[in-house]
This record gives sequence, C-alpha cells and structure tokens, in this order.
Amino acid sequence: MSDTMASSGFNLKEWIFTTDHKRIGILYLIGSIAALAVAGLMALLIRAEQFSPGMQLISNGDTYNKWLYFHGAAMILAFLIPGLTGFLANYVLPLMIGAKDVAFPRINAFSVWLFFAAIIIALLGFVVPDAPDIMWTGYPPYSVKTPGNTAFYVFTVHLLGFSSILGAVNFLVTVIYLRAPGVTWFKLNIFVWTTVAAFVIQLVFIPVLAAAVTMLLFDKYLGTHFFDPAQGGDVLLYQNLFWFYSHPAVYVIFLPAVGVLFEVISTMGKNRVFNYKAAVYAIWGIVAITGEVWVHHLYVAGMPDWIRIGQMVTTLLISVPVGLILLSLWGTLYRASITYNTAMLYAAACLFLLLVGGLTGIPLAMTVVTVHLAATAFVHAHFHFVMGLFAAFCVFTGVYYWFPKMTGRFADGKLATLSFWINMIGVNLTFWPLFIIGVDGMPRRYYDYPQFPQFESYHHLATYGAYITAVGMLGMIVNWVYSAFAGRKAPENPWGSASLEWTHCPSPPGPGNFPEDVVVSEDWSPYEYENRPSGARTATAPAE
Amino acid sequence: MNRFERLLTLSFGAVASLAAGAASASEAAGYGGGAAGSGGVSDPAAGWNHLWNEVLIDITVIGVVFGVAALYMLIRYRAKSPTAVGHGPKLKGAAAVAFALVPAAIFMADDFFLSAKGWTLWNIYRRVPPNALEIKVTGHQWYYEFDYGNGVNVVAMPGSDDYLRVPVGRPIVMRMTADDVIHSLSLPHYRVKEDIMPGRMTYIWFLPTEARKDVVTCTMFCGDNHSQMWTNIEAMPPAQFEAWLASQKKQAQGQRAVENKG
Repeated sequence: MSDTMASSGFNLKEWIFTTDHKRIGILYLIGSIAALAVAGLMALLIRAEQFSPGMQLISNGDTYNKWLYFHGAAMILAFLIPGLTGFLANYVLPLMIGAKDVAFPRINAFSVWLFFAAIIIALLGFVVPDAPDIMWTGYPPYSVKTPGNTAFYVFTVHLLGFSSILGAVNFLVTVIYLRAPGVTWFKLNIFVWTTVAAFVIQLVFIPVLAAAVTMLLFDKYLGTHFFDPAQGGDVLLYQNLFWFYSHPAVYVIFLPAVGVLFEVISTMGKNRVFNYKAAVYAIWGIVAITGEVWVHHLYVAGMPDWIRIGQMVTTLLISVPVGLILLSLWGTLYRASITYNTAMLYAAACLFLLLVGGLTGIPLAMTVVTVHLAATAFVHAHFHFVMGLFAAFCVFTGVYYWFPKMTGRFADGKLATLSFWINMIGVNLTFWPLFIIGVDGMPRRYYDYPQFPQFESYHHLATYGAYITAVGMLGMIVNWVYSAFAGRKAPENPWGSASLEWTHCPSPPGPGNFPEDVVVSEDWSPYEYENRPSGARTATAPAE
Repeated sequence: MNRFERLLTLSFGAVASLAAGAASASEAAGYGGGAAGSGGVSDPAAGWNHLWNEVLIDITVIGVVFGVAALYMLIRYRAKSPTAVGHGPKLKGAAAVAFALVPAAIFMADDFFLSAKGWTLWNIYRRVPPNALEIKVTGHQWYYEFDYGNGVNVVAMPGSDDYLRVPVGRPIVMRMTADDVIHSLSLPHYRVKEDIMPGRMTYIWFLPTEARKDVVTCTMFCGDNHSQMWTNIEAMPPAQFEAWLASQKKQAQGQRAVENKG
C-alpha cells in the first residue's frame, strides 16, 4: 500500500506545488489551526484586559481594538471558513463521492495559495505601524476616518474571497460530474450536501462583500464618497452590503459543521440518518431564506420600521429548517448503538452547544427584544456559542474522526479525553456569565467599564474560563502533533463506517485515492448498517 | 382528499389557529394595560421585561426538551456489543412527510406566536406619545450633547456632573444624530437603544416611572475611547426638574449676554 506521507519522506517543494486534494486539505488545516492559535492568543489578551475596570495590559484603547480586529477577522475568515470548507471539504468530500480528485486540481492549489497569502497580509498587521483597528466588520465612517490601515483588511477579504469563489466552482463541478457510478444525489453523505449548500451561498454572496470592501478602499484612499453623507453618500449602505454577505456566511460555517455531526453520529451510532430527505430539503430551505434576514444585524441602525418587522418574521422562520435538521440529528441517535471515541464525545458536546447558541438566537431575532440586547455581551455570548464553541468544536470533531484516515494513526487517548473536558468546562465558564451581564446592559467591545463596576466578578469568571480553555486547546494541539507521528496505528476502517472514504480506500489514501474505480450497488448507502451490502474493499474492524 | 392532502391541511390549519390565538392573546395581555405611566401611556420598558420573561420560558422549554432527549439517548443507546448496529426507523412515504410537516408546523406556530408578540410591543416602542418632552442628542467622539431647546445645552463629558436629566412621569423622546462616526445611545435601564449616525436622524422614546439615576452608554464601536463614552441619566420629580431647567436657562441667557457684550 502506498503511504504518501511516510514512504517518500518529507519534501517541502512537493507540498507547496501539490495538486492532490488531500495534501491541499492538510495545508488548509495547518493554516487554519495557525490562525486559531494566534486568534486564540488575542482572545486571552482581550479577556485579561477585561478582567477588571481600568487598563490592565494596555496604555490606550488602540492596542485593544487591534486585538479585537485580529481575533474576529482571523477566527471567522481564516479559521472557521477555511477549516470547514477548505480543510474538511478538500480532504473528505472527493473521498465520500468516490472521486479520484477534484475537478480542477490546479485551481484548487491556487485557492490554498491565495489563502496563505491572505494570512500573511493579515499577519503583516502586527509589524506595520498602523494596523487596522476596525473590528472584523469595518463599518464606515470610522474605518475611513481612522489612522489605521484599512487596506490590510480589504486585501485580506479580497484574497480570501477569490479563494472561496474558486473553491466553490471547483467543488460544485466535482460533485455534479465526478460522483462514482451508483452514488446518486439522494445517497450523498449529508456532509456533501451541506458543503454544496455552503459553496452555493459563497458563490452567490461573496461578490457583494467584495464590492462593499472595495468601496471602502476607494473612500479611504482615493477620496470617493460612497459612505460619506456630507458628500451625498450613504452611511448605512456598507452595513447593508456587509451583512447581506455576512449573515449567509454564518450558514457557510453552520451547515458543514452540522454535516460533520451527521457523519460522526451515524457512524459511531451505526444508525441510518433519521428522515434523510427532510434534512436535505431543510438544508436548501436555509439557503433559500438566508438572503432575506440580514436586517437583524441592523435592528438598531435606524432602518425603516417595515423592514425591521418583515425581517423579524423571516429570521424567526429560519428556525423551521434548522429545527428539521436538528430533528434528523436527534433522530439519528434514536435506537442507535453508540460507541464512544473522542470524536463522538465532541459531537455529543456540540449538540448542547448548538442548543444554547441556537435558542439564544430566538430572542435576538425579535426586533423589539434586540432594541435592548443589541451590541451587549448577550449577543457576544450568543454568537460565540454558535461560532466559537459549536462550529469550532465541529472542526475538532472532524479532525479526531478523520485523523486515522489522514495519518493512519489514532489521536484518541488520555490526553484527547482530558483536553476535551478541559475545553468543555473552560468555554462554558467563559460565556455563561456574559449572557447574564449582557441582559443587564454590559456592552461588547469594551476594555474598560467604570460605569458598570457591578459586573467585575462576572468578568473574573469569564477570564478564568478563557485561561482554562487555553490549557485544553494546547493539550489538544500537542496531542494531534504527537499522534500524527507516534500515535497508535489504525486499521483502514477503525470506526466500522459504511461511508466510501472508509470502506474503499487505504489510510491514508495514495495518489488517485482508490486502488480500484469505485462502483456501488443499488442498495448501497453511506448510512446503511442493518442490511449492509457486500462489496466493501476490506472487512470492518470493530472500534475500540 | 388523499392522506397527503389531509396531512397538509391539518398542519397548516394548526399553524393558522395557533398564530391567530397568539395574536389575540397578546392583544388581551395588553402591553398597554399594566402601564405605570401617566395619562394612559404604557411603559415600553415594563413591556420589554414582560416579553423577555415569556421568551425566556419559550426557549427554556424547547432547550430542556431537546437537551433531556439528547442526554437520554446518548446514555440509553450505547452499544451493547462491538458488532451491534442501530435500528433507527426507516421512514417512507406519508410517515416521512408527516415527520417533516408536523414539526415544521409546530416551529412555525411558535415563530408566528413570537412575531405577533414582538410586533405588538414594537408598535409601542415606535409610536411617540403626543405629550413627550423632546431632547436633541448629538454624539461626538467621545461624549454626548443633550439639547433641551431655549439655549439649554448639556455637554455630558464622561463622569462629570453635567448629565442627562429628565422628569418622572412624562414620556421623553430623543431625536438623535452624530457629527463624526456612528455611535449608539444605549439606556440599559429603559431597555432601549438606537444608533446615531452622521447625516441621519433617529429617535427613541422612553417613560421614566420613578426617580433614579442610571447609566447612559455607547454601544457602537467608535474608536479608542469607545469604552469611556458614557454619562448618567437622572429621572427627577417634575418640580425639581423644572427648577433645574430654569437654572440652566438663566445660566444660558447670562452666557449669551456676556458673549453679546464681548
């Protein structure tokens, strides 16, 4: 069996110029974990600064605002989106549909180069004198008037945008044309469906964001007045364009994250996905509604009353497709036969994180409730439960689940379990106090709060939570690096999955993925365990 | 009528009746009814606190149902042996449709219920009572300016004794704009905020029901000193407020006289 990682030895040039979707996937993983590490460090600094009123680490607000900018931009644009649609989609999607590679391998390589170029531009912010200090949202007129260099933000978004659009075209063509014979649309893994939906959203909405930040660039450096009301511009135009992309971007993250859970829960529970077709239609229901809800980010921005009410209804209605997806996810647990490994632990935790994050979104969907809660720590805690905890934990779920496929070794062990529990305790300790002080009026993005001395003890708890999480994250990453080189050897299909990436190719797969062309029978499904068709390449080994 | 059509009728009939029920219930609960204010004006903040409790119950019930179900199944359905497989139901035809439509109808009913409640209170938040006292607000990096008319202009530097003063029992409407970047005037105690932007006017109104002092703060990132852009709001007994306003007016006239001479 060819082992691409071990037999040929490490060759940097081969990795840089690779067109193999698996290596590109791993490059995305390395880049996004690096972004997570730096952004996580920013989060620690932010929490340390908020520990008490007054200035703890900084001598002026500018430094703190740069941390906030980098933390937000890097977590969303350089960790979550590339982690889910770069790393996971690249590594497992072609394997799941029985394809030898993506449709355009060189375009794929170009996408990952653009991603690294964007990370480098973002990191340059730490060495140039006037880094951006405009939050990840970059609202004018502040982003135009600030002495900070908004251009770094604009170019980072441009490069990542191009990277995502190329990725989107590539993967849509791959799924449409390169499915193995017998892998029909309604037999696709849910992860494939969610990724396809995420890429459709990227393709439709990214150009709007690109236009918005380009106008920002022109306003700041070329003296145009798109957003300057004194010169006939519109101060709210940017916010509308920005959220017209950036709310759908939440689903670019949410959908593949949920897709990972379906894979892990179905495999570890040896159970078929509950009401598969309802889940698939619900995924497309989200895509249909996602473009009509952006105003809930502008509930207190002086928008006309009729649109604030209209989009309250559309925003609340998102709970219908999301609810159906949850029902399928929960139903997959029903009468399952669950074996626990680290991936399954993370997946189980994700169900609870998703509940908290999702349900706290319901009051925020209501215009009149948000009139008080907008821009408070409540919002901050809500979207961290969805993005920073749920979606990030889904990425970790995916890494643990497909680790034996990528490396031929297990990453499960004492350190994996220990770091899981530390992470789980840490994140909950960080964000529950913020819900409470948010309802009482603690604003987001403050480094100092002399007007709210009563919130200090809650900030203490949140900061301790962040320190605990840092220990857990460090343990997790150390465990991955150690296990990649010295972990226990894994068989080809250690979890006994019915999905093609486990049943039809070695771990790790060689160039071209499958030793023989994949053809599946009519009764095959990636989720069928009760009446399993024959034809898998190897017998499944029971999970440990 | 075949089975599918019956199902469809049933589901959406349920949505319609639940939503209608919700709408009439929120009318009956009457956010206007329990008003603590004067002249039949209802207090938006009291309505907010009431609605918040209802929404909190709504999401807690959903959360507990899903949470307990997940926890139960995660423990109950552990593998009995390494080769055991799950026996989840294989839904077909009408059952599959029912398991999509019925939950969808329930979720939708809750959405419309919440929409109806939210809309009712929203109307109160946006309709300024006719006898409201008007204060013009201008946001600057990093302080607020409150204009009461007749030359009374309070420049409220953070932490200073010049802050926002309002009378108890009279609705207050704030007409707001900014002169540099976007700010957001937030009155946490009165459960209201709105962005204030250069080139646009926005408004909020609220009803002070008792004499007390609270925080006014900024909730839109506006630069280096965003965290320190705050002042106080004091709701005073009407007589005390009138006295304060009169003294401010006198002071303003005095200042103008000095300026005219000079």
